[in-house]
Amino acid sequence: MDLQGFGHLLVSGTWVTIQLALASLVFGLMFGLMGAAAKLSPFRVLRYMATLYTTLVRGIPELLLVLTLYFGGSQLLMWFMGFFGYDEYIEISPFIAGVGALSIAFGAYATEVFRMAMLAIPKGQWESAYAFGMSPVQTFFRIILPQLWRLAIPGLGNLFQVLLKDTALVSVVGLNDLMRQAYVASGSTKEPFTFYMAAALIYLGLTVLATLTTQFLERRADPAGKGARA
Amino acid sequence: MSWEWGIIIEYLPRLLDGAWLTLELVLVSGLMGLALAVPIALARSSDNFWVRALPFAYIFFFRGTPLLVQIFLIYYGASQFDAVKESALWVVLKEPYWCAIIAFTLNTAAYSAELFRGAIQAIPKGEIEAAKAMGMSPPLMIRRVVLPRAFGIALPAYGNEMVLMLKGSALASTITLLDLTGMARTIIARTYTPLEMFMAAGLVYLVIGAAMIGIFRLIEYRFNRYQYYKHTPLPANIDPQLRDEHIDD
Repeated sequence: MDLQGFGHLLVSGTWVTIQLALASLVFGLMFGLMGAAAKLSPFRVLRYMATLYTTLVRGIPELLLVLTLYFGGSQLLMWFMGFFGYDEYIEISPFIAGVGALSIAFGAYATEVFRMAMLAIPKGQWESAYAFGMSPVQTFFRIILPQLWRLAIPGLGNLFQVLLKDTALVSVVGLNDLMRQAYVASGSTKEPFTFYMAAALIYLGLTVLATLTTQFLERRADPAGKGARA
Repeated sequence: MSWEWGIIIEYLPRLLDGAWLTLELVLVSGLMGLALAVPIALARSSDNFWVRALPFAYIFFFRGTPLLVQIFLIYYGASQFDAVKESALWVVLKEPYWCAIIAFTLNTAAYSAELFRGAIQAIPKGEIEAAKAMGMSPPLMIRRVVLPRAFGIALPAYGNEMVLMLKGSALASTITLLDLTGMARTIIARTYTPLEMFMAAGLVYLVIGAAMIGIFRLIEYRFNRYQYYKHTPLPANIDPQLRDEHIDD
């Protein structure tokens, strides 16, 4: 495959794609944990809000989310900041809009994964930790979270694969990620097939890497070989 | 923040035109994808390594790369080769509509083939053995036992795949098609009301998605009706010999 000196462009794009995916993963995990906490909370209002969040976001195309946050995000943010007396113009970069949209989408699906994992942990685990005199916070971090992690990894791994592939959508609003650089290179060389195929193979490599990492984490979180039941 | 309800109502008919194209894309590529997925799934679950290898590579590629790359590879990529441009294929490949259909079909075929493979392997072994014991030839067995059973097992997951397909169809707007998303973007370019229009488009997607989930639930309820069958309680004074210990109580 002759890349005609555009190889470094693809490499820099790949780096942007990786950064976008990892940043969205971090925020998406936070949204997912908060969503699951809200869905399992004793307060009805929180449960309704979390259900509204997951139903809305899971039914709307990711591309539409990216476009909404990029083209409508500054309007939305300026309206919000107006309450605090801030009325300068705020511009949202493609990267920020992308991280926002992808983490919101990831969080909606992760909410379900965390909720299922949480429900799969027997109540006795909480009760015996309390019997030892642990506080709810201690119980969560010492007893529940390590088990939650093991049950949630396979589901989260699948979601990360989806996230990785959805990063390509952010190129539509002009982020210089792998997809966009392939577009630029194919425009200059008039060889679109070569460059999109190169981009496809790089994405393929990234998803394989993500799968291997997930499998590694799965084995590490499950030294007893119990297997995930969630 | 000003919110323009009037513009949403004014342009709703045009959005619905876009929604029609979205539905068309999902339906056409969904059906073609299904037709393609069945033989791929059968080949993928073959015992012969060489029969398995090609479907495996196909599924691996289409599930491991973004749909956007696949669309661009077909729409822009095909024009790189003069041989393609001069052939009869070009009539189809120069149209964004057909490129989108081809990309969506190949993509959904890969995902559903993987679902069907899982379903084929989930069929209880006894049913296959029973079919063989009845003296069915492999094609007959596939037609009468394997495919109907696999379809029933895969249906709920296949419904989810179709909803993902609906969401993926928004990518058609990146190759100039005026589907629901493309139409919203065109209207926004004219009116500059991004939040209103994207929200309206999002709601239309939600309605279509909900309708699709409902339809798939109906199909599931009909196709797997043996799972939902409820027995009417037998009268107490029935002849004990007519009782079936597996069904009663």
